[in-house]
Amino acid sequence: MSSHPPATGSAIIADSLVKHYGDVHALQGVSFEVPTGTVLGLLGPNGAGKTTAVRILTTILKPTSGRAEVAGVDVVAHPHEVRRRIGLAGQYAAVDENLTGHENLTLVGRLNHLAKAVAAGRSAELLEQFHLTDAAHRPVRTYSGGMRRRLDLAAALVTHPPVLLLDEPTTGLDPASRQDLWDVISSLVSDGTTVLLTTQYLEEADRLADRIVVIDHGLVVAEGTAAELKSTLGETTVALSFRQSDLAVRAADALADFGASRSTTDDSVVSIPLRGGASTVRDVLNLLHGHELEVGRIDLHEPTLDDVFISLTGTNGARA
Amino acid sequence: MTATASPGRPTFDPAVGTSDGGLGWAIRDTIAMTGRNLTAMRRVPQVLVFSLVQPVIFVFMFRYVFGGAIQIPGQDYVDYLMPGIFAQTVSFGAINTAVGLAEDKGKGLLERLRSLPMSRAAVLGGRVLADTVRNTVIVVLMVLIGLLVGFRTHTNLLAVIAGIAVLVFFGVALASIFVFIGLSVPNGEAAQAAAFPLLAPLTFASSAFVDPSSMPGWLEWWARRQPLSKTTEAVRALMLGGPTSGPVTASLLWSLGIMAVMAPLAIAKYRKA
Repeated sequence: MSSHPPATGSAIIADSLVKHYGDVHALQGVSFEVPTGTVLGLLGPNGAGKTTAVRILTTILKPTSGRAEVAGVDVVAHPHEVRRRIGLAGQYAAVDENLTGHENLTLVGRLNHLAKAVAAGRSAELLEQFHLTDAAHRPVRTYSGGMRRRLDLAAALVTHPPVLLLDEPTTGLDPASRQDLWDVISSLVSDGTTVLLTTQYLEEADRLADRIVVIDHGLVVAEGTAAELKSTLGETTVALSFRQSDLAVRAADALADFGASRSTTDDSVVSIPLRGGASTVRDVLNLLHGHELEVGRIDLHEPTLDDVFISLTGTNGARA
Repeated sequence: MTATASPGRPTFDPAVGTSDGGLGWAIRDTIAMTGRNLTAMRRVPQVLVFSLVQPVIFVFMFRYVFGGAIQIPGQDYVDYLMPGIFAQTVSFGAINTAVGLAEDKGKGLLERLRSLPMSRAAVLGGRVLADTVRNTVIVVLMVLIGLLVGFRTHTNLLAVIAGIAVLVFFGVALASIFVFIGLSVPNGEAAQAAAFPLLAPLTFASSAFVDPSSMPGWLEWWARRQPLSKTTEAVRALMLGGPTSGPVTASLLWSLGIMAVMAPLAIAKYRKA
């Protein structure tokens, strides 16, 4: 078979994917597309169906119904061809603890049917690139969590796959290691790799994903860019804090034309939607100055992906 | 990571591997997986040591503690005992097959392997082959330990080697059961726990340590016919002398029968696991 991935178009197509395990309906008709060379963030609480979707796209599971294409190849009809075009980095650092980093990478190369010397060369290249050269000949059980994840990601890259599937790649990592991994993923994308990334960290999706699909209970509940998802929750607001609640009452009256409202949680705070941008702030402050109402503090409140997540799924993704 | 971490252009090279290499790839993949498992064994020599500790304890117990009270007419008990110990050793060695696979599964390694364009059979084949190498080494070491405690073969070297081959083949048959167990449980500890209830009746309700004629009738019936007894008797015949074709044929048929039933079940389990 010689079907090449399309140069343009979608590198991943999921079309009405359904997966039932007995009575458990892990996926109930999930559809999405990932344009070539972009990153899709697949978000959802635990048990939403993220991993099931990844396992179908990586040919590990067959869908109950529906269709999926990866790099232009049907995952059910030609699983072997799909496997030659993908890299998978899993939730667990799926590397062999008893082998060294170099042995792990050459094993993956050999199992991809690279010649021995080619596999060894590629391993050395990846170890260098992922700053693991010093640890190359140490068993992986001596590696830190961050080093294992880097090796796991390196193992997914042995054959330069055009499509990369990352299932919660940074779960359990410290912030510095997470930042490292984000930088690597970003540089892969800038070189043209298509990435599907599942995560519970909204910051991660915000940072890496061009588009986001939120799934819950096996269904797509929202889709769009991070900015689009946030804008569905309303606009940026300015919170004005006063020293006393009676000042806040008077300020709210004075600013009625700006759509001001008293905070429900703090009676000395007044919130104003920031419709007109920075000039709104100037107008508000001028008006308050005219009324001799002194503002103690000004805060900007921007809706976060966390807010989106909570409003869509009723759970807090990062801490679910 | 710094900007030097540029991974290079993701160029998909259609020359990498062929669509489906068939038997050639299956063999290469099996060799690669066998090598990986043997390397892992070398890195954790404790496993090999512990695989020897248990049979050595049994040798001492039965040779020196219980042995004096067990009479086998016309035979030194140590000669009767050691083939039974060998059969027990390969049986308990099969637990490692289940533990190894369960650990690979629990750690997500099987998931990665299933996403690679490799032979499906190689994961199981590489595990069983590596365990067979380990089993062979351990059986040879146990024969040497037997010689130290007074065990004497009464045939020729070729027959002794044939005896080891029968044992190792029985070990492969048991491995097909333990592949299935390893893929059915969540982790290594569970594999270990699941194995003992299966192996205890196989090793003790047998002719490995005592003459089954001392057992109640129903148990004696089983103890004379079951695969570990047949294998023990085959090894006794090959190493100590006596008619070989009956027990050797019985042992090989048991081993083939177990594989014929369990290998397809194990492979089906791997496809679904």
